[in-house]
Amino acid sequence: MLEVRNLSKTYDGGMQALKNVSFSVKQGEFLAVIGLSGSGKSTLLRCINRLIEPTSGQILWNGQDITAASQDEMRHIRRKIGMVFQHFNLVSRSKVLTNVLAGRLGYVNPILSAFNRFPESDVQMALSQLDRVGIKNQAYKRADELSGGQQQRVGIARAMMQEPTMVLADEPVASLDPVLAHSIMQHLEEINKQEGVTVLCSLHFLDLVHRYADRAIALKEGALMFDGPPNQINDEKFREIYGKDAERIG
Amino acid sequence: MKKTTTPLKSLATGFITLFVLIIFAYGFSVTNVNFEETRSERRLASLTRILRALAHPKIFDYNYETVNVEVPFYLGCPADGVPFPEVDRSGAFILINSGCAAPKETIQIEGHNFQENSSGSISFVGFSPEAPDGVPIGIGNFQADAQGNFKAEVNLPNRQIKEEPQAIRATGQIQVGAPMLSQESKVTWEKIIETVFMALLATAFGTLLAVPISFFAARNLMEEVKSPLSNIALALIGWPLGMWLGIEASQFFSGLLTLLGNSFLITFAGAIIVSALSFFFARWFLAHQSEDLEFRFKQRLINLLYALILALLALISILFIGKLLLQVGAYLTPSKDVPLYFLRKFVSQIGEIISILAPVFAALVGGGVLGGFFSQLGQKISDRLPASAAKTFNLILAPLAGATLGVLIMQGLDWFYQFNNPAVTLYSPAFIGAAIGLILAIAIAPKQSLPIGIFIYGIFRTLLNGTRSVEALIMAIVFVAWVGLGPFAGALALGLHTVASNAKLYSEQVESILSGPLEAIQATGANRLQTIIFAVVPQIIPPYISYTMYRWDINVRMSTIIGFVGGGGIGFILQQNINLLNYRAASVNMLAIAIVVASMDYISSILREKYV
Ligand SMILES: Nc1ncnc2c1ncn2[C@@H]1O[C@H](COP(=O)(O)OP(=O)(O)OP(=O)(O)O)[C@@H](O)[C@H]1O
Ligand SMILES: [Mg+2]
Repeated sequence: MLEVRNLSKTYDGGMQALKNVSFSVKQGEFLAVIGLSGSGKSTLLRCINRLIEPTSGQILWNGQDITAASQDEMRHIRRKIGMVFQHFNLVSRSKVLTNVLAGRLGYVNPILSAFNRFPESDVQMALSQLDRVGIKNQAYKRADELSGGQQQRVGIARAMMQEPTMVLADEPVASLDPVLAHSIMQHLEEINKQEGVTVLCSLHFLDLVHRYADRAIALKEGALMFDGPPNQINDEKFREIYGKDAERIG
Repeated sequence: MKKTTTPLKSLATGFITLFVLIIFAYGFSVTNVNFEETRSERRLASLTRILRALAHPKIFDYNYETVNVEVPFYLGCPADGVPFPEVDRSGAFILINSGCAAPKETIQIEGHNFQENSSGSISFVGFSPEAPDGVPIGIGNFQADAQGNFKAEVNLPNRQIKEEPQAIRATGQIQVGAPMLSQESKVTWEKIIETVFMALLATAFGTLLAVPISFFAARNLMEEVKSPLSNIALALIGWPLGMWLGIEASQFFSGLLTLLGNSFLITFAGAIIVSALSFFFARWFLAHQSEDLEFRFKQRLINLLYALILALLALISILFIGKLLLQVGAYLTPSKDVPLYFLRKFVSQIGEIISILAPVFAALVGGGVLGGFFSQLGQKISDRLPASAAKTFNLILAPLAGATLGVLIMQGLDWFYQFNNPAVTLYSPAFIGAAIGLILAIAIAPKQSLPIGIFIYGIFRTLLNGTRSVEALIMAIVFVAWVGLGPFAGALALGLHTVASNAKLYSEQVESILSGPLEAIQATGANRLQTIIFAVVPQIIPPYISYTMYRWDINVRMSTIIGFVGGGGIGFILQQNINLLNYRAASVNMLAIAIVVASMDYISSILREKYV
C-alpha cells in the first residue's frame, strides 16, 4: 500500500513541478500515470524512491514514511522498489549480465561487490531473469550492442533482481516502436499479475493505458486532475487532461 | 551598408593607432630588441658556427689513424737542379710548387686525397747522421676541404743549406674501419631511456593518486553528499584521531620488528603468518558482516573492534613484507657487479617503498575506520535522537571539532612559519574554532543536512588549481633540494604535476558522464561506493586511459627539459653540452629528443584513437 499525501516539489530554479498531489495505490495494482510532457510524471515517480527530494508532503509505504527515512533506511527501501527508465539507463560499456546483477547491489556484501564478486545464486538468478525476458543468449554481450527493445528487457531484468514489491516505470516504452512497446508492457503485466508487484507506470499512449492499467491518474502542470479507472477517460476528460485542442490518437 | 566616416571617427582611429604603436614600442624596449646586434659580424660568425655544428650531429664516429705523407725537398737549390720526385697518387699525397727553396722562403703546398674536412700539420723534416729518421719542425697547418684537398702556404725554417735531400711532411688523420656510434650517441641513448622511464614512473604514480582524488573533485558526485552537523563534527574528530593512532601504531610495530633482529627466517615466518592471518580474518569478517538497520551500539562497537584488529594485522603484515623485501634485496645484491643488478635492486626498492608507505597506509586506514565509525555515530545521533538531544550533542561536538580543526591548521602553518608560540598555534585557534563550531551548532537546525560534499569539492578544486599552476620545473627545483640532483627529483616533480593536472582532467570527465545509469544504480539501493564502481567507473575508463596516455606524452616532453634544473634525464646532458659549447653533441641530444617526442606523440595518438 502506497500512500502519497500532499506531495509538492519545487525545483531549485523555482519551477513547481508537483502541486499538492495526493493519491494511494493498493498492493498489486497497475497504476498508469498520464499527462502532458512537462506535467510532472517523472518528478512524481522519482520522488517516490527519493531520487528527487520532495519539497513537502508525505509518502507512506506499508506504513513507513519514505520522506522521513535516513540515508541508510532509504537504501533499504529502494531495494524493494525496482525502477525502469525511458532511456533504459544501462551502463552501456558493461556486460548485460553485470547490468542485471547490479540489481542485487542493495543486498550483497558491499566490499565483495566492489570487486565485481557476486554470489553464485545471484548469477543464476540473473540468468533466469534474462531467460524470462527472452535474452539469456545475450548475457555476455556489452549492453550497448543490444537493440532498444532488448535493452529495455535488460532494464526490466535488473529491476526484477531487486525482488521488488513495487516497480516504478517512467515511460518505459516511449523510445520503442508499437510492437516492441506491447511486448515490454506484457512483461510488466506479467510481473504485476503473476507476482503481485505493484506497478506505477507513466505512459503517453491512451490505448496502452486502457489495455494494461487497472487505474490511471492524470497530472496537469503538476496538479492531480484525474484519478479513476481508465475507461472513465472520455473525450471530455481527455481534453481536460491534454488541452482542448488535443486530438486523440490510438 | 555604406560606411560613413566622421572626423570624430578618424580621430579615434588615429588615437588607437598611436596607442598601439606606443604599446609595441614599449614592448620592444622591455624585451631589449636590438637589431644592431643581429647584424654584427661577430654575432653572425658565431651564429653560423653554431648552426653548422647543430646541422652536423655527432652521431657516428670513426677510429682514426695518423698518416704521414712526405716529399723530398732541398733546402737551398743545387746548381744542377732537383730530380722530379715520384709521387704515389694512390693514397693521400702532397705536391709542392718547387722541389727546392732557400731558407725562410715561402712555398705553396697542395694536398690531395686527405680525409674530408680533416685538419693536420705540415712540417719540415731535417735528416742528419745523428738523426737518420729525421727531426720534424712544425711549419704550418692545413684544413682539407669537403673533397679532401687543401692548399697551404708555409714559410720554410731558417736552417743550414744542405746538399742532401730533406723532406716536407704532411701529417693528417684518416678514418679507418666502419663508422661506429659516437660516445655522445651512447650517452644520449642512456639518458633518453632515463628520460622516458622518468616520464613513465611519474605518469604511473601520478595517475594512481589522481584517480581517487578526481572523484572528490567532481561536482556531480560530491553535490549529493550531505550530512547533518553531528556527523560532520564527529568525523572531523575521528579522522585526525584515527590518523594519529595509525601513525603511532605503525611506529610502534616497526620498532617491535626491529627488536626481532635481522634473522631472515623470523622475518619470513612473520610475513607469511601475519599475512595469512589477516587474509583469513578479512574473509571471515566480510562473510560475517551483516548489515542491520537497527542501530545496535554494541554490534557496531564489535564491528569497529574487528575492523581495528584487521587494520592492525594488515599493518603488521605490510611492515613484515617491507622488511622481508629489504632483506631479500640486500641478500641479492652483494655488489654492483652481479648480473641483472637492476632487477635485484628493484626488490629492495619495492621493500623500501612499502616501508615508507606503511605509516601512510596506517594513517589512512586508522582515519578511515575511526572517522567512518564516528561519522556513523553522528548520523545516528541525527537520525534517531529527538531534535533537542541532537541539538545538545551538536552544542558539545561542533565546538570540539572546530577546536580540533583550528589547532590542526595552525600546527600545519607553524611548520612553515615557525611561530613557536602556543598562543598562536594552540590556544587562539582552539578558541576561534570552538567559537565557530558553537555558532554553527546554535544557528543550524539539529537535523538539517549540510552540503559538506560541495565544501570538500571546493577544497579539492582549489588545491588542485593551486598545485597545477606551479610549473613542474619549479617543483623540480624543490625536489632537487630534497632528494638531490638526478632523475628521481625530476620524476617526483613530474609526478606531483601529473596528480594535479590529471585529477582536474579526470574530474571533468566524471562530471560529463551520463546521469541515467547513475540514477538507475542508485535506485537499486546501492551505496555510494557501489554506485561509483558500477555506474561511474565503466563510463570513465576510456577517457581516463586517453588522458593518461596524453599525460605520458606531455611528461616525456617535460622530462626532456626538467634536467635543466637538475632533474636528470636528457636535459641535464643537453644543458652541459650547451654550456661547454659542445654543439655537435648537443645536436645529437636534440635529435634524440625530437625523435622520442615525435614517436610518443604518434603512439599516444594511435592509442587514444583506439580507446575513445
Ligand atoms: N532538474 C530539474 N530542475 C529544474 N526543473 C526541472 C528539473 N527536472 C524537471 N524540471 C521541470 O519540472 C517540470 C516537470 O518535469 P517532468 O520531467 O517531471 O515532466 P514529465 O511529465 O516527466 O515530462 P515528459 O513527459 O516530457 O517526460 C518540467 O517543467 C521541467 O521543466
Ligand atoms: Mg518524464
